Amino acid sequence: MISIRNVSKWYGSFRVLTGCSTEVRKGEVVVVCGPSGSGKSTLIKCVNALEPFQEGEILVDGVSVGDTKTDLPKLRARVGMVFQHFELFPHMTVAQNLTLAQVKVLGRSPQAALEKGVKLLERVGLLAHRDKYPGQLSGGQQQRVAIARALSMDPIAMLFDEPTSALDPEMINEVLDVMVELAEEGMTMMVVTHEMGFARKVADRVIFMDGGTIVEDAHKDAFFAAPQSDRARLFLSKILHH
Amino acid sequence: MSYSFDWSSIPGALPYLWHGARITLEITALAILVGIVWGTVLAVMRLSGHALLAAFAALYVNLFRSVPLLMVILWFFLIVPAALRALFGEGMPDIRLTSAFVAFSLFEAAYYAEIMRAGIQSVPKGQLSSALALGLTRGQAMRLVVLPQAFRNMTPLLLTQAIILFQDTSLVYVIGLADFFGAAYKVGDRDGRIVELLMFAGAAYFVVCFAASLAVRRLHSRVASP
Amino acid sequence: MGGYHWNWGVFFQQVPSGGATYLDWFVQGVEWTLLVSAAGWAIALALGALLGVLRTVPSRALRGFAAAYVELFRNIPLLVQLFLWYFVVPELLPKALGDAIKGSPPLAQQFVAATLCLGLFTAARVCEQVRAGIESIARGQRAAGLALGLTLPQTYRFVLLPMAFRIILPPLTSEALNIIKNSSVVSTIGLIELSRQAQQLVDYSAQPYEAFIAVTIAYLVINAVVMYAMRWLEHRTRIPGYLVAAK
Repeated sequence: MISIRNVSKWYGSFRVLTGCSTEVRKGEVVVVCGPSGSGKSTLIKCVNALEPFQEGEILVDGVSVGDTKTDLPKLRARVGMVFQHFELFPHMTVAQNLTLAQVKVLGRSPQAALEKGVKLLERVGLLAHRDKYPGQLSGGQQQRVAIARALSMDPIAMLFDEPTSALDPEMINEVLDVMVELAEEGMTMMVVTHEMGFARKVADRVIFMDGGTIVEDAHKDAFFAAPQSDRARLFLSKILHH
Repeated sequence: MSYSFDWSSIPGALPYLWHGARITLEITALAILVGIVWGTVLAVMRLSGHALLAAFAALYVNLFRSVPLLMVILWFFLIVPAALRALFGEGMPDIRLTSAFVAFSLFEAAYYAEIMRAGIQSVPKGQLSSALALGLTRGQAMRLVVLPQAFRNMTPLLLTQAIILFQDTSLVYVIGLADFFGAAYKVGDRDGRIVELLMFAGAAYFVVCFAASLAVRRLHSRVASP
Repeated sequence: MGGYHWNWGVFFQQVPSGGATYLDWFVQGVEWTLLVSAAGWAIALALGALLGVLRTVPSRALRGFAAAYVELFRNIPLLVQLFLWYFVVPELLPKALGDAIKGSPPLAQQFVAATLCLGLFTAARVCEQVRAGIESIARGQRAAGLALGLTLPQTYRFVLLPMAFRIILPPLTSEALNIIKNSSVVSTIGLIELSRQAQQLVDYSAQPYEAFIAVTIAYLVINAVVMYAMRWLEHRTRIPGYLVAAK
């Protein structure tokens, strides 16, 4: 579903990604972790071309992301993304947030879009808030709306960029629960997160990054039982004592 | 384009233009000086907590900021001297330069006051408290602790305002004062070369102001970084 | 003040040429000030929004163009720009067009030069506000819009600009007030707006204080009205729960 092949990226002369390669198969849940500045958020943003990269190739469902001929809006519409800071559109109600792209990008009728949106809001338990503005919701609620917004496009895969790290601790679980449910339904997911409990529960594989490279890419049991590198061991022990 | 340029009247006029430029610079310099001092006083008054002083400063600042500079220049050229003449009798000398000095100084003070007010408010409250805790009086705390920091924080804005002021001095044209722009216009008018002289004046202002704004930007990034 | 005779009744007297009172002159001055300001503001808002967007797009060339525009119009005094529009530009245009302009009624020439000048001058300032507004939200919001499959123009139209304009309403209010104050400069090319009317009233009526007080108060009132209108707009477009300070 998502193939990342030997991707490197520079900001000017500063190298942020070095030869990253991995594969996310259909229905697979891959957790990407690593210390801050390791390039994990950058890598995930390369997948839907929010960040350009200079070397290598990324294929999403067979379509090359880096190819200048690729219709990026079309590709992005098929890949859902959830951001650290939610990024709901503050001047639109929850319902409008869910319908905007359905109407403008997929060309659905406003009624059909609203129906879809209502269904998804119900699913994330926020139907009662459909006419509120994002600023009137808690962080956890906003992130659940953001997930519903991404799902409203019927994506073939979902990218999560640290979806819980801007949340107050008591709100983390309500968001993780939605993500777990999504994983169990068979959604293809690539998740940048420090939530190792989530990784243990639903991930198929764990990728550990440091200094712009993929240091480990292993089945989650193997990763948690016996990380191969010192850096991964250090990272895991730090997370535990967090 | 049918126009054929003739720049020949500019070289001979340079001494006259320079004389005008000096008037421009004099008005600018004096208005910056008086404007910042009086503006700072107004800002302190406004934040003093003293109801009467604060009201006066607010009224002053809002009045001057609501009225066009051009009107203020005319006020101090046409109206105030007339009142003075009524008080002190006729026989006053050419007051154009003096009235421009006064008008610009008082007008700019209102703008500098707003900048300094923001500057004072940008200094954390703890600074004043800790200065008072050390036994300084309010006046000392303001003068020695708060204002220096406010100036430092606001230096880029104060300088940007100075560039605007420098450009605005061209408005003394309305009272017939030959500042740089007025001089250029007069030369152009005399020689029938308005086009060339206006373009020359525009280019000169641009070069000076652009260079100054680049310098301010560089300073700003240096001040902002540490 | 010794010998001065206050006479507010002067506004109801006939002007020397007859057919109008001084009050009529005063009202005409207000009208021209508002007309020139409003027309200039329309240009400034449209062009400033466009330039502000260009300042933030990925294309280096477009960003550079908008930046150059801002520098050019910000670093030449308004009065000089006005004279350039009025005296110089018609000379530099193709002969037929230039002659057509010079042959049109003086009032039309003055109005066009004044409006263009104020509009293009203020556009540079509006541009910087729009840019600041976009930049304050762009990082995450642009990515969110694009990630949903919106094109870049759609992202600007539906996501970035509606929010940016709400954020910059207060500084836009100052710019709107500025253009009204700046419009006084067009008196120098002979357009008889409010501040020019003040001088004319002084010249003809011999009641300088009344004239200047009335004109000053007119500016204060116009200021207050614009400010309240913009406050109302701010209130109307406020988004429940959204704190500007939070950003």
